Amino acid sequence: MDTQVSPVVDPPTPASRGGPGARPPAVSRVALAAALLLPPRLTPESVRYDRRYRTVDRYRFVCWFLAPPLLIYTVLVIWPFLQAFFYAMTDWTGFGGEFSMVWSGNFSRMWRDDAFWDALANSLVLLVLAPVITLALGLFFAYMLNAGGRHRRSESVGGVRGAAFYKIVYFLPQVLSVAIIAIVWARVFSPRSGLVNTGLEAVGLGSLAQDNWLGGSWARWVILLVLCWSFVGFYVVLFSAAMAAVPRDIYEAALLDGAGRAATFFRVTFPLTWDTVRTGWIYMGIQALDAFALVIVMVPRGGFDVLPTYLYLKAFREGQAGYATAVGVVLFLITLVFTLVMMRVGRRDRIEF
Amino acid sequence: MTATASPGTADGPRPAPQGPAPRHRPGAGGGRSEGGVLNVFAHSFLIIWVVMAVGPVLWIVLSSLKPTGDITGSPFGLPTGVEWENFTTAWTEASVGRYALNSVIVLAFSLTGTMLLGAMAAYVIARYEFFGNRAVHYLFIGGLMFPVFLALVPLYFVMDNLGLLNTRPGLVLVYIGYSLPFTIFFLTAFFRTLPGAVHEAATIDGASHTRIFFQIMLPMAKPGLVSIGIFNFLGHWNQFVLPRVLNNADEENFVLPQGLASLMVQQGSYDANWGALYAGLTIAMLPILVVYLSFQRQVQAGLTAGALK
Repeated sequence: MDTQVSPVVDPPTPASRGGPGARPPAVSRVALAAALLLPPRLTPESVRYDRRYRTVDRYRFVCWFLAPPLLIYTVLVIWPFLQAFFYAMTDWTGFGGEFSMVWSGNFSRMWRDDAFWDALANSLVLLVLAPVITLALGLFFAYMLNAGGRHRRSESVGGVRGAAFYKIVYFLPQVLSVAIIAIVWARVFSPRSGLVNTGLEAVGLGSLAQDNWLGGSWARWVILLVLCWSFVGFYVVLFSAAMAAVPRDIYEAALLDGAGRAATFFRVTFPLTWDTVRTGWIYMGIQALDAFALVIVMVPRGGFDVLPTYLYLKAFREGQAGYATAVGVVLFLITLVFTLVMMRVGRRDRIEF
Repeated sequence: MTATASPGTADGPRPAPQGPAPRHRPGAGGGRSEGGVLNVFAHSFLIIWVVMAVGPVLWIVLSSLKPTGDITGSPFGLPTGVEWENFTTAWTEASVGRYALNSVIVLAFSLTGTMLLGAMAAYVIARYEFFGNRAVHYLFIGGLMFPVFLALVPLYFVMDNLGLLNTRPGLVLVYIGYSLPFTIFFLTAFFRTLPGAVHEAATIDGASHTRIFFQIMLPMAKPGLVSIGIFNFLGHWNQFVLPRVLNNADEENFVLPQGLASLMVQQGSYDANWGALYAGLTIAMLPILVVYLSFQRQVQAGLTAGALK
């Protein structure tokens, strides 16, 4: 896989294609280059029978297949990403074309912006807690499903009965739109007709009911709960697959050595699935840094922000596109640092089995 | 992927009166009771989470059948009477039907486009050597590292300048663009695993590159295409952030998640029609649930593939 021109360029030996004497006249490079733009059917025969045509044909195919995706991707993805780093240094409002460079001005303004720090704190709480809770629950359930059942004959470890059913049910939130999940949970936590408050009253704990779950200090924990809820099933399925890949004889050996379930989990299952756990951790952290839809639907009147919703507010409500982009850059840096740290911290020798 | 998780679970009820086979249980007596306690413990946790996972969704579906008085009066109770009117209100007055149609139209084009363009690029990257091959590959994969929020503000103005803001083709193109990195990443790895001999044989038989791609390689890559197709299908159907920012001008053009969210916000405290909202949610969830339950193994495999990047 080198980046050089492909080695398939044919040697310029005079070869005869249509038998001796029938060799077509050599065509110019211009004609060959022009053939890049024509479909094979419309390419003149003189060009098609040229020895160099095969390379042209390959390049034509590669160009035509790459151009449309590359065009869309460059214009709509790469270009905005690059622009973001530029606009982050301007005081652009988003209305009209004029702006001036403020260089690091947006970042020093952020430093003094209490609302930004609130949003950052909320995002960081989610970033730290959501993966820990979700992955712990996911591992626990996955282990129960795979090794929590009673021992059967001829089996060292057995899953609980109905493991397939549990997996189907647990995974369900993952297929729903996050907007729908947000609405459902906003209703569950609704002060008057929600499940939580009426449920608490029904069991005599009415004093714990809150007038405003989705405002004030509770919002952060409700968002955390919903975030974890929607991903636990995903990790149960992911970890189940990883655990199923651990060979049975390792479990048998551990069992023969007298290891209980807890020891088996911490000494065998967890180390052997660590790679998947770590990848899942990074993925969940990225999801936790998003949380945009949950917050914007469940707390529509504001008062609780995470970085993405703060960015949205600044850019599309308050006309501070430059400042909002700078918030986006901070979000990107946090994602990057988190990913790098996780890849570094969790690295250990891969265990082959 | 998950089929082999626990081969013993599909056995059905087997009481196993003899107890566990002794050769597997060196410390038989103590282990037995530990197993029993753990079993109860495990099962109760597992069942609690079943209630947690399904409860809220089931509650919404049940509530969608209730008259509004029931919804606010006794949120826990079963419906006293079935109120189909909620569904007609949701479909027409609350324009859930319109939102669903918008979603279907956008999805039809965005999914086709993503799969086609993604497969084309991935195929060329995976199986052809050309100048800049590796650079193009990394360019696409690099897109996986960036949070979409970083690009959101500039993207809004790029779309505005191109005249694509608040239009359906614009939304389709953006969906395609932001799905390409993962689609290409996944499919490139997949195309590399396909045998090269078939390709050579077809070349010798005189098939053109295009023909080899459409008639030989695409059919061979079907399992990979199905996985990534499901991934993109759900991703596009459930997409919320992009339409919220890029398609927010005219309520007529809202897609389903966006429309439902705006419906939710519109409900005042006193004149709320929760029944219609719940019916709208049910309408939005049911097709997805049906698809999920029919293809649950492929769906699970397709979606968990996303975490392996």
